[in-house]
Amino acid sequence: MDRQSVDHHSVIWHSVTWLLAIWLGISTPVLASEGGAGPLAFANNDVANIASLQRGVRNFVNYCQGCHSAKYVRYNQLARDLDMSEDQVIKNLMFAAAKPTETMEIAMRSADAQRWFGQAPPDLSLMARAKGADYIYNFLRTFYLDPSRPNGVNNLILPNASMPHVLWELQGLQKAEYKEVEHDGAQHEVFSKFEQVSPGSLSPEKYDEFVRDTVNFLAYIAEPMKLERQRIGILVIAFLLVFALFAYLLKLEIWKDVK
Amino acid sequence: MSTARTGTVGTRGSRSARFIDWIDERFPLTAMMKEHVTEYYAAKNFNFWYVFGVLALVVLVLQFVTGIFLTMNYKPSADGAFTSVEYIMREVDWGWLIRYMHSTGASMFFVVVYLHMFRALMYGSYKTPRELLWVVGMLIYLALMAEAFMGYLLPWGQMSYWGAQVIVSLFGAIPVVGSGLVEWIRGDYFISDITLNRFFALHVTAVPLALLLLVVVHILALHTTGSLNPDGIEIKEKKGADGIPLDGVAFHPYHTSKDLVAIIIFAIVFAAVVFFAPEMGGFFLEHANFEPANMLKTPEHIAPVWYFTPFYAILRAVPSKGWGAFLMFLAIVLLFFLPWLDRCKVKSIRYRGWQYKAALAMFTVSFIALGYLGLQPATEKLYVYAARFFAVLYFGFFLLMPLYTSRERTKPVPERVVYHGHE
Repeated sequence: MDRQSVDHHSVIWHSVTWLLAIWLGISTPVLASEGGAGPLAFANNDVANIASLQRGVRNFVNYCQGCHSAKYVRYNQLARDLDMSEDQVIKNLMFAAAKPTETMEIAMRSADAQRWFGQAPPDLSLMARAKGADYIYNFLRTFYLDPSRPNGVNNLILPNASMPHVLWELQGLQKAEYKEVEHDGAQHEVFSKFEQVSPGSLSPEKYDEFVRDTVNFLAYIAEPMKLERQRIGILVIAFLLVFALFAYLLKLEIWKDVK
Repeated sequence: MSTARTGTVGTRGSRSARFIDWIDERFPLTAMMKEHVTEYYAAKNFNFWYVFGVLALVVLVLQFVTGIFLTMNYKPSADGAFTSVEYIMREVDWGWLIRYMHSTGASMFFVVVYLHMFRALMYGSYKTPRELLWVVGMLIYLALMAEAFMGYLLPWGQMSYWGAQVIVSLFGAIPVVGSGLVEWIRGDYFISDITLNRFFALHVTAVPLALLLLVVVHILALHTTGSLNPDGIEIKEKKGADGIPLDGVAFHPYHTSKDLVAIIIFAIVFAAVVFFAPEMGGFFLEHANFEPANMLKTPEHIAPVWYFTPFYAILRAVPSKGWGAFLMFLAIVLLFFLPWLDRCKVKSIRYRGWQYKAALAMFTVSFIALGYLGLQPATEKLYVYAARFFAVLYFGFFLLMPLYTSRERTKPVPERVVYHGHE
């Protein structure tokens, strides 16, 4: 929701900029969009959807947590927030911890990771707040074949990403198609679409669902108290509205003789 | 308490009144209450713009209280700072609420202070005899900027780190002593654990103490001259037989009951941010600050928090770093001289000539435009030209002020304030 409002803002700001440009009599600027990928697709995730979060945490521990920690997230907190018993968490999610009071650490040492991948895979506790859920959703869907890269794949959202396409078995492999466009009197190659090279075990729709659930989990761990703060917020504002009414009546009473 | 009542017979008031008497013989409690609260008279025609002083005081208290609780769990070290903030957000009971209130409070402080200052510009609150009141207010603004800047380093995120890097390096533009000064401020050759520790010390002790002291001086100065009003009339000049200004009403209960409504409405806005948009779309909590500080990785785009961006835009509009820093500094310093730059005798914009109205409108537009431009990447040529244009307007407001304010054709100022009451 916050990401959306950011996009909304940028639309307004850009229109303001264009108006300014016209007003100042300066030739209109070329506001090149960042990267060649165009606008980000909307992740459409919902942190209130517990079933999606449960699937998301399953995906996370199976596919992400081999390399990525979520070191600020405690297992027993997951049990509480995602409607699971501690026993279920211990049996299904704790591949890398002994006690439910531990956090979602990984065994891989950062120095090793740096040697193997060029840089250590970042902790994902706050990734959805730093980059936005939409960014991660698009990142995980836009790996494409690129023989020039060490892992054989590249990424549209994060060019030359050091991360391999971990989900290739699910998504299958795709290649990027480009088209020529004219811009400023010169020809440019821009991304046009992906073409499936070999199918994965999931259909494209199922794969998007898989990524959405995973991203949803990342959004949840980035701010686990989000639903609680919204719930309390309604109570606080409701109280303040009632308080405001009485305060206003008090003010009217006190000021009624002031002429 | 029937015993208390029986004890009152024959003497003044109840047992509690006698307790107050006991204090008054030792400390001027009643006299102070009268002078500053129950017999402090302010104009009855205060409008919307007159609530922001009180709101600033409310936010100050809020920042003190939430800050104290944050300090209980925060670790001022390069290794522990980022983690301790997440610890507060996730593990400390109500920690997220306290932290969001503090981060929202920082931005809202500037919102109310900017509106408070704008009120002064509209109604001439800085004019004789309130010059000192204005200057002390400007010192509060400076202290607030220092407080916000040092506080922003404490979460030790990417923007904390690189924002501090950029702003501290500005002092390097000062001739001769610059580079030594930068090193002295950081206590190191780069922003490090040492810098974080000293910023923490200044943020939680020295600057809050200075702020508190300045606020007390500001209020004492206000109560010496008396508050002005939207008509810019000195209500002390028209007193009744009882010595009370005819257009004044006591701060308590009149203005307090009005301010209470304002405070609650402000609290609703504040709560809406804290509970439903604590990041405020990246304006109150920047997205990049959810990544821990990394001194090896410069972010693509470094922007200070919104309340500094008008000055940041001026800095970037100038090709030379030295002159940019100088003009940025000048943009703040000029505000101090407002009482002497403005030559017009009439205070309120209601009765001033078109020159000042136009100048203030242009100044307001340029301040907001510079604020917007300071948020944008510096790579866009258009933004640089626009920033130069608005910077010229900004400085023009001050530097040309003696000229255009002495040529104003003003309207007659009424004898008494305009007030319609509750019919």
